[in-house]
Amino acid sequence: MNNFANFTKGFLKENPVFVLLLGMCPTLGTTTSAINGMGMGLATAFVLVMSNLAISAVKNIIPDKVRIPAFIVIIASFVTIVDLLMAGYLPALHEQLGLFIPLIVVNCIVLGRAESFASKNGVVASIIDGLGMGLGFTFALVILGSTREILGSGAIFGYKFIGDNDGMLIFILAPGAFIALGYIIAIINKLKKA
Amino acid sequence: MAKKLESTFTNMVIVLTVVSLIAAYSLASVYNVTKEPIEKAALKKKLDAIAKVAPAFDNDPNADMFKLPASEAVSGMDSIEIYPAKKGDKTVGYAVKSYTMKGFSGLIVVMVGFNSEGVINGYSVLQHAETPGLGSKMPTWFSNEAKPGRCIIGKNPKDTKIKVSKDGGDIDAITAATISSRAFLDAINRAYNTLKDGGKYE
Repeated sequence: MNNFANFTKGFLKENPVFVLLLGMCPTLGTTTSAINGMGMGLATAFVLVMSNLAISAVKNIIPDKVRIPAFIVIIASFVTIVDLLMAGYLPALHEQLGLFIPLIVVNCIVLGRAESFASKNGVVASIIDGLGMGLGFTFALVILGSTREILGSGAIFGYKFIGDNDGMLIFILAPGAFIALGYIIAIINKLKKA
Repeated sequence: MAKKLESTFTNMVIVLTVVSLIAAYSLASVYNVTKEPIEKAALKKKLDAIAKVAPAFDNDPNADMFKLPASEAVSGMDSIEIYPAKKGDKTVGYAVKSYTMKGFSGLIVVMVGFNSEGVINGYSVLQHAETPGLGSKMPTWFSNEAKPGRCIIGKNPKDTKIKVSKDGGDIDAITAATISSRAFLDAINRAYNTLKDGGKYE
């Protein structure tokens, strides 16, 4: 697989949210607005790239039987680093995303890429894979976040275009996340077949 | 591809120990670097909230902070931080860091400012986990001076019943978020009553 295909597969062909259906918890939980989705996506992308980099670099010195614990320690370290950096330099966003940042640790996309890609491929390919998957995840979260924000509060990236109480509230709440996600997946499947 | 290290007991112990040590070291370094910005951000948030809610002051409310026993305290949170706002030697008002546990998702922390007569000067929601789009409207709903039915700013809990109208009070609750509104007003009342019990108002 060449690098370009490796990079772009995360966007449509193997999009972690819309196609692989991984990491549903942060996807549904943080996408109440486009900007939240983007923050969460970028934080996850950073962790993905860094953990893919670290894991592919050390894969040969990690004995097979303890690879999962070792991967988890590496991933958890990067997540904590993101958490601390965000709390220090982006306190507003950190407050919005709250609990979901530490939960990147258990996001199956991160461990999934470590296990199925980084532990079998070289450093460069792994970074590209992490970047593609991470940005694909961000892309998916921004789409879902924008949809919910437009329908639910009549705004996009915080810019309101309708009055105060005219949004369809259900799209901001949890059920709306499932509904919006379902329709987006249906549209993507249709587009892929066409 | 180079051969993988074998999964013998010694190999596993050594590798896991080394991985953990490196992780611990890098986390400790990042923690040291970010410690100061995190504290600064927390302090700035508090000071901004005080400046927003209290009448104009020229002292350092954070340095003059004192604690009063909370009115109708919830166990474990029996004291409330009061930040006095002073002009010269005269106390012109207080910013009170109040809380309630009655929110739809539990704890809500509010910084609320009173002038020297007890009139609500402003408030700022510091922490909450209310439903986005419903209870999360607290920061704007109760400060909308164009809608006097719901605005608490400029009202004195002494002559206005700071309660939602459903409970016989004078404040309109947030549409579809009565529980959050009730909780929010509970925090405001706790702030006022704490000052009153502390002998700050008649």
